[in-house]
This record gives sequence, C-alpha cells and structure tokens, in this order.
Amino acid sequence: MSDFEPKIIGFLCNWCSYAGADLTGVSRIQYPTNLRIIRVMCSGRVDPPLPLRFLAEGADGVMITGCHIGDCHYIDGNLYAKRKFSLLRRLVEKAGLEPDRVMLEWVSASEGQKFADVVTGFIDRIKKLGPTPAAENPEIRQGLLAAQAAAEAYRLRALVGKEEKLETKGNVYGDKLSQDELDRIMDEAVDKEYTRNRIKLLLKKPMSVKGLSEKLGIDSKVVLEHIVVLRQRGWVDLHEVRDHSPFYKTMEVA
Amino acid sequence: MSEKPRVGVFVCHCGINIGGYLDVPDVVKYAETLPDVAYAEANLYTCSSDGLQKIKEAIKKHDLNRVVVASCTPRTHEPLFQGACEEAGLNKYVFEMANIRDQCSWVHMHERNKATQKAKDLVRMAVAKARLLTPEEEPEIDIQPIGMVIGGGVSGLTAALSLADQGFEVHLVEKEDKLGGYLNKLEKLFPNNTKAEDVIKPLIQRVKETPNITVHLKSTVTDVKGFVGNFDTEITTGDETLPLNVGTIIVATGADYLNPEGLYGYGEVEGVVTQLELEGLIKEGKLGKAKTIVMIQCAGARIEERPYCSRICCSEAMKNATLLVEENTRRDLYILYRDLQTYGLSYTELEWDAKKKGVKLVKYDIERPPVVTKGEKGPVVKVFGPLLGEELTIEADMVVLSAPLIPNEDNKRLSQLLKVPLNSDGFFLEAHVKLRPLDFATDGVYVCGTAHSPKEVAESLAQARGAASRAGIPMAKGRLKTAAITSVVDETKCSGCGTCIELCAYNAITKNERGLAQVTSAVCKGCGVCGASCPERAITMRHFTNEELEAQGLAAIKEA
Repeated sequence: MSDFEPKIIGFLCNWCSYAGADLTGVSRIQYPTNLRIIRVMCSGRVDPPLPLRFLAEGADGVMITGCHIGDCHYIDGNLYAKRKFSLLRRLVEKAGLEPDRVMLEWVSASEGQKFADVVTGFIDRIKKLGPTPAAENPEIRQGLLAAQAAAEAYRLRALVGKEEKLETKGNVYGDKLSQDELDRIMDEAVDKEYTRNRIKLLLKKPMSVKGLSEKLGIDSKVVLEHIVVLRQRGWVDLHEVRDHSPFYKTMEVA
Repeated sequence: MSEKPRVGVFVCHCGINIGGYLDVPDVVKYAETLPDVAYAEANLYTCSSDGLQKIKEAIKKHDLNRVVVASCTPRTHEPLFQGACEEAGLNKYVFEMANIRDQCSWVHMHERNKATQKAKDLVRMAVAKARLLTPEEEPEIDIQPIGMVIGGGVSGLTAALSLADQGFEVHLVEKEDKLGGYLNKLEKLFPNNTKAEDVIKPLIQRVKETPNITVHLKSTVTDVKGFVGNFDTEITTGDETLPLNVGTIIVATGADYLNPEGLYGYGEVEGVVTQLELEGLIKEGKLGKAKTIVMIQCAGARIEERPYCSRICCSEAMKNATLLVEENTRRDLYILYRDLQTYGLSYTELEWDAKKKGVKLVKYDIERPPVVTKGEKGPVVKVFGPLLGEELTIEADMVVLSAPLIPNEDNKRLSQLLKVPLNSDGFFLEAHVKLRPLDFATDGVYVCGTAHSPKEVAESLAQARGAASRAGIPMAKGRLKTAAITSVVDETKCSGCGTCIELCAYNAITKNERGLAQVTSAVCKGCGVCGASCPERAITMRHFTNEELEAQGLAAIKEA
C-alpha cells in the first residue's frame, strides 16, 4: 500500500486554524497533498452527520481543527466542538470503522508549523490504517449511514447539546453530572440510537425480528425492544406475517 | 435564487506564486468541464484592477450568477472580489473562493502534478458550494456614538481628545490616580528636546476642560460584552462598578518598563540606574556631580526571552548623553551598544550630534557583554570592544541601563475581555500589519501607542489620532451593516426546547411569543454552534448551510 494516497477532509475554523493553515503557506512549510479543506466559521459548527456522511462516501479520514480552548473567537464554540467530536468518535467506532480515522486538534493562527505537523501526522496515521473499508464493505457503509442518521435524530443531539451545561452548571434542579456519569449515559444512548437507526435502514426491506437478530448479532429480545420503540416513534410498522412470524418495514415518509 | 446557476471561475497565477508550482491553464480547462460552470479563465493577478475588471465584464458577458475565484485566501481577499461582484450587480454572498495558494501551491512547491490535482479538487469543491449559494441581506445595527478609551497616557489622551473633537462622548479609563502615564516621569523628549511636561500638561488640561470627556481615574475595565456599536462594559473604581454602554473601544494602555534586576549590577551595585530613573534624576536636579557616565544599550532586550528591539532606547540614550555633555562639557559619556538603531529622518542626526559633542560609542558583543562591578568610588565597567579588539575598563560614577519597554501585566486579562489577540511578545496585535494597522480583527476595537509595540511619542500621537478616526467611522455613520453569516430558525421544525438559547455565547437567540427560538441577526456572530446542536435540525447557518458543506465535502471525495 505504499502508493496509497488517502482522501482526507479537514474542517478548519476561520479564525484560528484556517489562518494557521494560511501561515503554513506564507512560511512555505511543506506537507503532503492529501488534505482537502472546508472552511467553517467555528469548529463548533461541525455537525457530526457531515463527517459521518463523508466517511460513508469514501473519505479515508476527517480532521477537525479549531482555536485552542480558552482562545475561541466565539468564546466557547470549541468546547462544543469537543463534545460533538466525542459523539462522532463513538459513532465511527459503532459503525465498525477505526475511530482513529477522525481527529480533533487545536491549531492557532500563529501555529503554521504545528498545522503542517498535525496534517502530516494525520496523513501518516491514515496511511498506516490503509484505504477506508467503507468503499468495499457495504456493512460498514450501512453502519456509517446509520450512524449519520443517529446523529441527525433528536435524542443524541439533545444530549450533546446539554452535556456541557450538565457537567459545569447542572440541570434545572442544580444537580451536576460528572464526566463519568455523562459518558455512561452517552454510551448507552449511542448504542441504542445507533442500533435503532441501523434497524431502520435494514427494514427498508421487510425483515423479521429473528432475521434482524441474526444480521446484527444482537439478542432477539433486544431487537424486539427496539422494534417497539421504533413503532412508537412511527419509524417502522408491521408489514406482513409470514409463516406466523411478523415482518416489519420502515415507514415511507412522504 | 431559483434561476439555474451559471458559475464563472477565475484562476489566478499570482505571478509565479501559483503559476510557478501548478498548472493553471490545466485547472482552467478542468473548471470548464464542471457542472454549471458557464465560463472559466486564467488571470495573471485576479486581484489587480485589470483582473477585477475582467470579473465584472465576464459577469455581464456570460450572464454569470455565481463567481468562484481560485487564488489566495478569503481571509484577506474575499472582500475585494465580493466588491467586484457587487459592482457588476451581483450579491456579495454568491461569491466563493478556492484557496489554491496559501493552502496549495505554497505548501506543495515540489509536487507539481499532485498540487495541480489538489487545485482542481479545491476548485470543484468551491464550484459545488457556489452552485448552492444564495444572495443574503446584511442586517443593520445602530451604533452608540460613545467611545471608550482605555489608558490615560499620551496616546489615550490624544485619542480621547480626537474623538471628542469629532463630536462624540468619550469615557477615558485610567488605572492610576492621575492622567499622563509615563510622560509624567520623563524630562525631555527626543528628537527636539521638547519638555515632556510641555506636551503632557496641555493635553491633560484640554481633556479636563472638554465637556464631552468623562475621566474615570483609579479605574479598570472589568467586563465587556456585546459587539461593535453596543458594547456593554463595566468599569470598576475601588469597590464600585459602573455599567457603560459604548459604541467603540480604543486600547491605549501603554507599556511597562523592564525592571532590569540582576542585569549589569542593577539592584546590587550602587550607581546603576535605568534611563527612566536618570530622567527622573535630571528632572528633580538630583544628578549630583556624576562625571563619568556609562550607558548600556539593550539591557534585557534582543535576547532569547525578549527577542524584540524596544526601538526608542538608542535615540533616548543619544538624547540623554548629549544633554548631559551639553550641561557640563567636562563629563565623560560612554554608550555601549550592540547595534545602533537611531532610525528615521531626524534621529540619525541625534547620533551625529552626540558624537560631535564627544559622546564615546563603544560596540559590544552579546557573546561577551559588559560586566559591572562595585569599585572603590563607584561602579566599574569592563567591556570588550570587538572593533577595538581590546577590553576597556571604565571607572564610572554612574551606569545607566537602557531597559526595554515590556507589555503591561494586564494585557492578557484585557485581551481576553475584549476578545483581541496579543503577539508572541505579549503586545496587542492589530488585524493586519499593513491593511488594518489600527484595528483589531474584532470590529469596533482599536489600538494605539505602546500597548501595540514600543514606540516614541510622535508615533504614538499619530497612531492615537489614526485609531480615533477609525473609531469615528462607524460612530459617525450611526448605522453599520454586519455580515449576513447568521443563523435562521425554521419555525415549522423548532420545538422550542431552548438548547440553542443556552448555547449561544452572544444571547442572540430568544424565545418568541409562540415559545419558539428567534435569532436577532444583528447580534448573531455566525459561529453556527446553535445550528450544529439543534435537536430538531431547525436552524440553518446562512452561507455555511449543511447542504453547502455537504456538497463541498462530497465534491472532495468524488469527481462527479
């Protein structure tokens, strides 16, 4: 794989990292050509569904860079970037892809050399991992699309949006949650929402609980619980009963 | 914009900066094949008046409704190209840039083929985004015609007066119990030996007599919220705090003097003083009978931990040495220097004058710096002169250290409060050294005087007047257009959960009478955190929409 040239997408915040990347150029510091940069105003703007979609479509790696903590142009946008990135990493792993294919780093406007080092290091890391399996392996691609759907749905978004406040300021009763507690809640929610979205995608073709259980390698009781929730949400419904076993199908939304 | 996109692509050679490292004509040819691209051309310099003219002509001739320039960075040149689009009748938000210089040709100078391929990809990404761009209206905000000047030294006083002369109300905030800053401690100013008090006293007097200037002594700025036109600030005087709503803020907090403790016997050997202390001694007539005086330049400057040149010390030493010799021609004056930096028009004359009057200049080497020890009647200076090729021993009555100006201790706190940067030395950093030398990147905040870098009084005065006229622009206009890069809520999707309201650092989002989120565009700074967090995905970030970013990223991965 020595001639493998990874496709890497970088989200750079306008005020620090994008300026840092410009400084790398002004300083004529050289780095490999694999990075394709998308300018965003703030690293906190990088909504996890976007990198997940790019990974599903064949990007070998996605990096996000922002202002250093405490130096955010928008005061604290990078704190939210951090929260969102941790969700992103969890979902990438759930989808069966190496979590090291995504990276979050802080690069200031004056760190031209650091930007080059960060990019070079990330490209090396992706080269070691090899080409993304998402292009060849439909299971992983489906997993990433399910992860994207999970990141677009209410529950995980609401949780990530509130995480920072739950840890630092507490809930409406003033109870603060520790990072450990938040991690536990997050892990559970990510697991459930990812699986539900995976089922939802699979059920574009009608399947039984047994079929889903075999396909996903999950206990049929757990699958059934998810089916109950998915039916409550109006995402899937009973399609037909074949040989005494019910087949479910994703509801088409007009 | 429901009409079909017609994208024009302009690829810049930037002389050899781009054209020398990647194949510009090939990128143009490739751009022509991209969907919705109606026209593509190469320019030697797209940013030249000729290049801008070509954009305007092509917009008309080819009926373009989107424009992509592939050249340098939007951080410096986007406004220029947007201006050309506007002059040709297009909205500035249908413009997009591909950064093929700073982030391509300059960082891939030895990989022509790969750099060309990357440039094509970047153009494809920019076109993909441009096809989805829509014209946007820029919100207008009211500008409070009140200026705040932080620092009551010569720069702050001048800036305050200049603002007041333009007719604005001014709040001048000074941390000490009197106005004047360092000029209170100086005797005479180079280059023409004006008495410092002849400069500072009339300024203070005028400030006190100007009715629309309010002076806050022993006060510090302790809170700043809001944005240009409406900064909600708080100043603290002792135990009391005072809220002040101002339209613009000028930072004129000055610099500090290095205490050269431990350098060249300072604090250990009697008779070793700083230039500042020398000025004080002259001013108070306490110089005594000191006959042999040795000045040591760069005492604590231009070294690894403080690499910058303090700029004023060479001229200051020339001026003081000359004055001392003029006062008593029997005095022996030595200036030990590393490099003489009496720059500029009249300042080299200071050096000639000093030499003519018998001041002895001795170059020293930083590898073998002068050594000051306690002698029988005063400090003894030993210095190796590389030009002389021998070591001199000078039995002095007094040693004067030219210590540098250093950043104020408070700079870090203030920079965080105002959300403006400091440079690596700790001085305030302007938005652009040539293009915006008096502005900060944060709109409505300006800088002047030694808060910015060591400089002499004339330069500080000029900068203070400049900063005051910059601050006067938005305040005189009364209204200001702000970027349209703001978030907008789709009320049909919003559930009123309030997540965005908690996340917004600028309090730009409120609940409307229907309990749904509502963005005040003029207050929104456009970070996009709300949109990226909205559980219902009901918030769109103008000019950086999900669709636009997705198209950009997918274009990076796939050719089609």
